[in-house]
Amino acid sequence: MKYEDFKENEYLEEYVDELRRNGVNIFVGKLDDLINWGRSNSVWPLTFATSCCGIEFMCLGAARYDFARFGWEVTRNSPRQADVVFVCGTIVHKMAPVLKRLYDQMAEPKYVMAFGSCAISGGPFKSSYHTVMGVDQVIPVDVYIPGCPPRPDAMIYGMMQLARKIKVQEFFKLPKQPLVVRHCEECNDEANQSGLLHSVHNDGTEKGGKQ
Amino acid sequence: MFDFAIVTSWIDQFLRSFLSAGWTLFVEFVLIGLVILALYAVLALLLIYVERKVCAFFQCRIGPNRVGPWGVLQSVADMVKILLKELINIKRVDPFLFKAAMFLVIIASICTFGALPFARGLQTIDFNIGVFYLLAVSSLGVVGILLAGWSSNNKYTMIGAMRSGAQLISYELSAGLSLMAIVVLSGSMQLSEIVNQQAEMWFIFKGHIPAFIAFVIYLIAGHAETNRGPFDLPEAESELTAGYHTEYSGIQFGFFYLAEYLNMFIVAAIATTMFLGGWMPLHIPGWEGFNQVMDFIPSVIWFFGKAFLCVFLALWVRWSFPRLRIDQLLNLEWKVLMPISLINILLMALLVL
Amino acid sequence: MNIVKQKLAAFSFATIEEKGKTITVTVPKENLYETAKMLRDMEGTPFDFLIDIIGMDYGDEGLGVIYNLCCTHFPAYLIALKTSTPDRENPMLYSVHDLWRSAGLYEREVHDFFGIKFINNPDMRRLFLRSDWKGYPLRKDYDADPAINPVPLENELIENMETVPSITLKMGQPVESTRKLFGEEEYIVNFGPQHPAMHGVLHLRASLDGEIVKKIDPNFGYIHRGIEKMSEAYTYPQILHLADRLDYLSGTINRHAICLCCEKALELEVPMRAHYIRTIFDELTRIASHLLGWGCTAMDMGSITAFVYGMRDREKIMDIFEETAGGRLMVNYNVIGGVAQDIHPNFQNRVKEFIKYMRKMLKEHHILFTGNPIMRDRMDGVGYLSKEAAISVGATGPSGRASGWSCDARKIEPYAAYRQVEFKEMLRQDGLTFDRYVIRLDEIEESLKIIEQLIDNIPDGPYAAKTKAIIRLPEGEFFQRVENARGEFDVYINSKGDKSPYRIKFRSPCMTLVNALQETAIESKVADLIMIGASLDYVIPCIDR
Repeated sequence: MKYEDFKENEYLEEYVDELRRNGVNIFVGKLDDLINWGRSNSVWPLTFATSCCGIEFMCLGAARYDFARFGWEVTRNSPRQADVVFVCGTIVHKMAPVLKRLYDQMAEPKYVMAFGSCAISGGPFKSSYHTVMGVDQVIPVDVYIPGCPPRPDAMIYGMMQLARKIKVQEFFKLPKQPLVVRHCEECNDEANQSGLLHSVHNDGTEKGGKQ
Repeated sequence: MFDFAIVTSWIDQFLRSFLSAGWTLFVEFVLIGLVILALYAVLALLLIYVERKVCAFFQCRIGPNRVGPWGVLQSVADMVKILLKELINIKRVDPFLFKAAMFLVIIASICTFGALPFARGLQTIDFNIGVFYLLAVSSLGVVGILLAGWSSNNKYTMIGAMRSGAQLISYELSAGLSLMAIVVLSGSMQLSEIVNQQAEMWFIFKGHIPAFIAFVIYLIAGHAETNRGPFDLPEAESELTAGYHTEYSGIQFGFFYLAEYLNMFIVAAIATTMFLGGWMPLHIPGWEGFNQVMDFIPSVIWFFGKAFLCVFLALWVRWSFPRLRIDQLLNLEWKVLMPISLINILLMALLVL
Repeated sequence: MNIVKQKLAAFSFATIEEKGKTITVTVPKENLYETAKMLRDMEGTPFDFLIDIIGMDYGDEGLGVIYNLCCTHFPAYLIALKTSTPDRENPMLYSVHDLWRSAGLYEREVHDFFGIKFINNPDMRRLFLRSDWKGYPLRKDYDADPAINPVPLENELIENMETVPSITLKMGQPVESTRKLFGEEEYIVNFGPQHPAMHGVLHLRASLDGEIVKKIDPNFGYIHRGIEKMSEAYTYPQILHLADRLDYLSGTINRHAICLCCEKALELEVPMRAHYIRTIFDELTRIASHLLGWGCTAMDMGSITAFVYGMRDREKIMDIFEETAGGRLMVNYNVIGGVAQDIHPNFQNRVKEFIKYMRKMLKEHHILFTGNPIMRDRMDGVGYLSKEAAISVGATGPSGRASGWSCDARKIEPYAAYRQVEFKEMLRQDGLTFDRYVIRLDEIEESLKIIEQLIDNIPDGPYAAKTKAIIRLPEGEFFQRVENARGEFDVYINSKGDKSPYRIKFRSPCMTLVNALQETAIESKVADLIMIGASLDYVIPCIDR
């Protein structure tokens, strides 16, 4: 797929443009670009698979789908050296603390992809007594890839989305997170693009909450 | 053929024209250090890219092709990322040794660069015991690996380090013995002297069968020393997750990763220097026209061409063979390679006499 | 079988029923061990293969256990040995772990799900759930409120994992005692749950002496999804989807098993066309699974190229599946009464092309990997599993057949279109890692032959029988055995006439393979432990269910 055709979530890139317009130091901005270029093009996954989706992950690494094209084939077995953990398969109560520990052992910056409906919400095992209803109850997730199991193509698409998401990060402005909240939380103003709380809300009350 | 001594002596004279002798030496040291470091980094990036591409072709895949043209910038992106990755401070490790281990590994491989003759007149130090120096320095790396495994306070790394120790110390013997065969043949330990003696004919041809045997043994033993291919027990993925560097993150791990690839190159470079004539072009006695054509190819290209051929051989083996078990590995060394190399030296001595 | 009945008739306490090839024997719990021992040691027809232990909750009548036994000389005949205890508070039964080695894990499973304690079993830890889990989930009165068992955020304590409770009889009174699994001095290495060679999330705790493995303690449950409990609330067509996800590599075959079991219960006549298509799909799935198994064996040995080649050939099968059924890994093709839709017009041609291609590639695989001297050195003479041990631990499938145990359910009780085809049951005698590896490649060859015989003769007609909109199975117990890529996969359905089963139990062929791992890997090197695991080729979600 050509990069120009890839426009399902170009709002992420619009953010970057907007940030640039809002006056980013040219030097810092360029350095940021370089860092994000490096990070987004070199995402080393951790070999972590609990069930079915793991087989599709293997397919992804094999000849037909070949994720080496994107430079993701350096699968690391040690969480210390991995950048992204693919949660391939159901996470159950007994596995949840293990997954959490794995996540904690990874070095920053680290990303999580929930692969398959089990990892997203419990999927077909929603009514079970032993399933965790989505990995986001245990660790934060960056990209969700639906399917049961998702095709390897879907996974490549998800990885490309992740790469795009990484490009929005700002190395020199940590720990501020990418703008996820697009509205002022207190007065629910959708139009507020900055993602911060208004100092004066639309209804006239001051920052610090409505009485 | 272009002699790089012209360039180096010109730089030397240029510096001497306005600096005292002491300062000249100092500036030259710094320059050489920078050049070697830069060469080291560039070579590592190149080798990583080459390995990923070659491996992909062996496996009916395409390999990196998205980052930069044909994916050439892939390893650059990896470098940028790994430089900025968090270094995790781990409780209950031995902090000093944990941090020192990777430097030992990387220093060992950088030091060998100092003695390698890359081209005509392009050699930093020309020891009269060059071969001995190469062997000594390149085996320093095992100390780093042992320390890394031990100081990480992890069972996987410990087993990996112990395996690595047993493996490297064993294979060091046949690597050394097979190089000794060439020392016997040339009568010198000086690398420049060895290369010069191969002007007429490379040692692998000159030394008849014993030289060829020594070459094969050196390739096997050298390959084992790099912890790669069928000999990657210290980091056997399916057994020890990531072996001795399980606990390292970010650039600390990056150093081990670099050193692994550079060691592969160093083994190839030593094999080139000792057996394949170093930077000497391919000369066939009697074919004057052919020899003259060969002389037109710069010596740097000869050296790196041959070295990369050896690297390719190593990659080929790496991606075709399954892994050995530890007892089979040691059996191969002590019961097969060692006796053969000892007999081989004897043969070589008889040949020289 | 008459001899068996005569012998059993000598036991006055036992009630005997016969239905088809199955004899159901019900005994009081005090006489269980006695009866089991008699059956196990019966002259001429020793019931030496314990297929499965099924825990049951009979509601007010208490808790029960069904032992499915099989004699390896007459494998088509089964004995279902039943017993029950009215005590729901502190149910206890006698263990049969010393008669069949596979019983150890099965009893732990029943203990975990139903809370039945087995006297004399040396290891009465929970099998799947954490030791701090409250309640026994497969009991009918289990409270599934997530507040009782919240998602834990701390790992299970090593102490809890290592403390092994057991119950013994002293002076006629059961006495509970605990012991430590590992000594203070032992060097214990964890393999898994996240480990590249554990084929999922098996957790092996191995005590090492240098490179030598001294003791192995497998821990399960890291992917236990409670499929059996969920199934009790689902309708039969819904359960089919869960069956795919048990052993995902032979999903089609598992699904086939449930379909067959339901069809048996409904006495449904399945059209021949559906049988043929199902058989072809089963065999394709088997090939795909064995290819992946072959690749993973190679990868565990460090030969990643071979793995990629295996996956490359597997993609061809995925293409065929995708064209006809729409799914790659989860084909979702078998339904009760037939298959979901007719085959694609290209299907036959593509399968024929694939057979040709696969034959060529098999040769290449043999050259690339089987003929490799390093690989031969690694696999020959390692991981010996004797025939007796294989039967005793219940290691069916290719692993059992590599030890010389003829245990192919396709031959024992031919289902679907296996009656119409001629094929050999692959047997090897040595029981080494290498045999288990090579037998898989031989089975690929054999599967190709089966497909070749069927593909041109698919009869015309409907592809599925008509079924009612809501499928209700008649009251009774139904049992179906099929051969999946890893061994014998059995479905037991206990129906009360509802649209969902009262109890459904799947026999996991992989759990017994882990038993075999314990049997063979002791005193071998770490690298061999990995290789033996790879050659047994277990799939963990199948064990954990």
